[in-house]
Amino acid sequence: MFVVMALLVGALYAAAFYLLLARSTVKLIFGLLLLGHAANLLIFSAGGLVRANPAIVPSGVEAPLPGYADPIPQALILTAIVISFAVLAFAAVLVKRAYVESGTDDSEEMRTTEQ
Amino acid sequence: MNSIVFKTTTRVVTPLLLAFSLFMLLRGHNEPGGGFIGGLLAVTGFALYALAFDARQAHALLRVSPRTLTTIGLLLAVASGCLAWLAGQPYMLGLWLPVELPVELKLGTVLLFDIGVYLVVLGAALLVLLTLSEE
Amino acid sequence: MLWVILIPLAAAAAAPLLHRLLRAHVAAVLAAVPIGLALAIATRLPLEPGAAWTEVLPWIPDLGIALAFRLDGLSLTFGLLICGIGALVLLYAGAYMRTDSRLGRLCGLLLLFLGAMLGVVFSDDVFVLFVFWELTSIASYLLIGFKHEKQDARDAARQALLVTGAGGLALLAGLVLLTIAASQMGLSTDQVSRISALTTVDLSGHVLFVPALLLIVLGAFSKSAQMPLHFWLPNAMTAPTPVSAYLHSATMVKAGVFLLARLNPVFGESLLWHLLLMATGAVTMLVAAAMAAGQTDLKRILAYTTVSVLGTLTMLIGVGTELAIKAAVVYLVAHACYKAALFMIAGSLEHATGTRDIRQLSGLFRAMPVTAISGILAALNMAGAPPLFGFIGKELLLKAKLDLEYLGVVLILIASLANVLLIALALVVAVWPFFGRRCPGVTLAHEAPLLMLLGPLLLAVTGLFVGLIPGTFDSALGSAMATAISGRPIVMELKLWHGVSPVALTALGISAATLTVGFALFLRLREWLAHIAIAVARIGRRGPARVYDLLFASGLALAERVTRLTETGSLHQYVRLVLLALIVACLYPLIRCFPVVSQLSSSWHWHEVLLVLLTLVGAAAAVFSRSRLSAIALLGITGLLIAVLFALFSAPDLAITQIMVEALTVILLVLIFYRLPQFTAFRTRLARVVDALVALAAGTIMAGLVLATATVHLSPTVSEQLARMSKPEAYGRNVVNVILVDFRAMDTLGEIAVVAVAGLGVYALIKLKRRRRAEEGTA
Repeated sequence: MFVVMALLVGALYAAAFYLLLARSTVKLIFGLLLLGHAANLLIFSAGGLVRANPAIVPSGVEAPLPGYADPIPQALILTAIVISFAVLAFAAVLVKRAYVESGTDDSEEMRTTEQ
Repeated sequence: MNSIVFKTTTRVVTPLLLAFSLFMLLRGHNEPGGGFIGGLLAVTGFALYALAFDARQAHALLRVSPRTLTTIGLLLAVASGCLAWLAGQPYMLGLWLPVELPVELKLGTVLLFDIGVYLVVLGAALLVLLTLSEE
Repeated sequence: MLWVILIPLAAAAAAPLLHRLLRAHVAAVLAAVPIGLALAIATRLPLEPGAAWTEVLPWIPDLGIALAFRLDGLSLTFGLLICGIGALVLLYAGAYMRTDSRLGRLCGLLLLFLGAMLGVVFSDDVFVLFVFWELTSIASYLLIGFKHEKQDARDAARQALLVTGAGGLALLAGLVLLTIAASQMGLSTDQVSRISALTTVDLSGHVLFVPALLLIVLGAFSKSAQMPLHFWLPNAMTAPTPVSAYLHSATMVKAGVFLLARLNPVFGESLLWHLLLMATGAVTMLVAAAMAAGQTDLKRILAYTTVSVLGTLTMLIGVGTELAIKAAVVYLVAHACYKAALFMIAGSLEHATGTRDIRQLSGLFRAMPVTAISGILAALNMAGAPPLFGFIGKELLLKAKLDLEYLGVVLILIASLANVLLIALALVVAVWPFFGRRCPGVTLAHEAPLLMLLGPLLLAVTGLFVGLIPGTFDSALGSAMATAISGRPIVMELKLWHGVSPVALTALGISAATLTVGFALFLRLREWLAHIAIAVARIGRRGPARVYDLLFASGLALAERVTRLTETGSLHQYVRLVLLALIVACLYPLIRCFPVVSQLSSSWHWHEVLLVLLTLVGAAAAVFSRSRLSAIALLGITGLLIAVLFALFSAPDLAITQIMVEALTVILLVLIFYRLPQFTAFRTRLARVVDALVALAAGTIMAGLVLATATVHLSPTVSEQLARMSKPEAYGRNVVNVILVDFRAMDTLGEIAVVAVAGLGVYALIKLKRRRRAEEGTA
């Protein structure tokens, strides 16, 4: 499953990169979104894939059952998901505003209108 | 969206979502949940309300501005860490009240911090969504 | 002693606020700070030769660097000069810029400089000294560029900063080498950067001794404007006059001389030290005096004579005999007094007449009698006329050189030439502005206000007073200062009249001769001035300033070329470049761990693989979707599928969060992008294919990276530790949440701050635009 996940991460990255390379700033935002997913899954896979044993201590015991999923990558990803959302919102509004001001969503054309 | 059914459903669902978000916030220390998830659930509740009615009414439901919420949340998170100073401990060390509640919930500075997280997530996300939909 | 430095720095911070409260009185109030400090320092008087107080506070114990301060004859004299002249300059500035709204800033910066300069002179640790040294450079930069709206002020400030900053770097390197040498010669870590300890070991045999010496001397020369690094000082005259009087004549430029004096006991045994200082000092003394004679701007004349005097001081430290040290002590103190006074008078003259051109100023004695008398006294002091303090200095200087036999003759010749020029210029400053026919256009000239008279008058009278009863100076301070510089006990007995000995008579004779020749030169100078000015300007164009300009211009050109090359402004190209760099950088390491990766075996279930495939299809469909809204929907589905993956692999918190965020993201994107035109293809087919290949290659690299993580064996102890502590110590069973809000709450705090700022950013972007629209609409 690890190899399959690696392929998924690679494919998500490729899709994100392809969108980032598109000159459309709207696609850029979509690329950022996919990039966030890809990065989260990269960290998640690197932490090891564990089925049906989250790092939650069962009631009445002092420590989680052996073989639990690593909680540290999960904590990292959890905040990353929320931050990605906030930053994505900012970037999207920025792109929208750039479109309104410059009349185009082509990043190359924006560059020429700047000068 | 001018659907009576949607509006009526929302009137029921939004309070439920908000109550559920509080539940998720409080149980987060022991089961899946916590400030982030609770905050996001509450945002969904308000977002639904804003979709069914409009942003201004969602604002009215919230009573305080999202900016105030965000600020209070951040201050609460920062201040919860300062309480440890009063006990002569390093910043952000968790302090707990020696009270046993009938439910599985321990009161302490860490809970305050989680509430701060809840408020920041709620405030910031609503700030984005409401400002956008008002536009 | 730390307080002595901290108080002016605190006062500096308060200055702008005080200015708002007190308006023009701010300078007078703030002048109380240096006056108080001067009195506090003066309580140590009279100082026995060799007496010293030290104070050590730990700072960076691992490197042996401590906030070590030392009060001895040298630092005490400097401290008194810094505080005393500082107070007078502040008072002067308060009147000089009375109505200027930037007075608060000026006072603040002057106090900042004052604190930094006190730090330099009181430091007993070379690195602490260096920190304050740089702080004086920064203060000087800000003060030279005080009128920052003027191009020439900005240029001069930058030039001064670059020259003294480069010198500062050389100094730092030299100090590091010096401490390395000292530690290898047996000094313990906590002593190795202590100046008072460095003087106790003989480092001259160490291989790093000469490089350290050269670098430190370079740093000192850049600060004290020795040739060929002198050019920044005359340009620094664009600063307001109180600044010139304070930083660029009385104190900061003497920091270099101070450093040489401070380290003289360390390097004093080295022949190289003596030769370097003597040669540079002598050349600077003469050339600067000659260049001074070619100036028409009063302040620039004074600046060049300052450079000349700094050369003299450097030379005297280089000579290093007992007499030379005595001469340096007297010369330094006398110069600080009269030059600060002359600068202030130049400022008063400009204030009254609107010009600093020495050819236009004349006949102002009747209009400005007090200024004139102070100016004449100070200028005579500069000329070294008896019975002023400068005369004693000059006598000592001559005697010190007569002491040297062969070399002395050369030095006396150079010094006498320079002296003749300085005397002529001193007379120019004393006579031209005040006597003769009243120049047209200055009919409105009036006496300067009281506070602007106080400084020059006090300083000029001090020169006279010390000259008449020199005994007070040397018993209180002079001997202790000379002892501190030379490292050997020196007792000074200064006199105006040295009796009838061959040496004394020779010195007196030379002195009289230079005065006579100087006077003769003065009489002709008005005719020759134009010619000298042309010659000086011609030399100046080819001088070291030209080298600086060339270096500066080529640096700018290089920066521009590099920027043009790399900063195309094309996002598309940047992304491509980053991806290509990623591919190139990761390819080889990934290939190396391939053997391990290829042996990976893992179990998989059909439903999991199906889920992954669905996610892939969702992402691919989103990428190639023609419609924006369907792309958003497909992205949402992809995100939800990923949430299911999280749920399958034991991350319930992540799954819930992802689902909520995905729902909100779809709402958000629809809100933002609903009203935009459909996608248009901006790229050619070929570009699309190339981009797709680049993206695929980079994606493959990332997939390889995931596989490679399997070869890294992270130590699981941290996770285990946290999971074990979660319940008993943090009272939480959900380890992920406990990490977020308890164990690593500090990180979470930072992260929610980012969320808050992003939210506010969105708000600002939208609201500000709308407000501007509204304003445009009403207008």
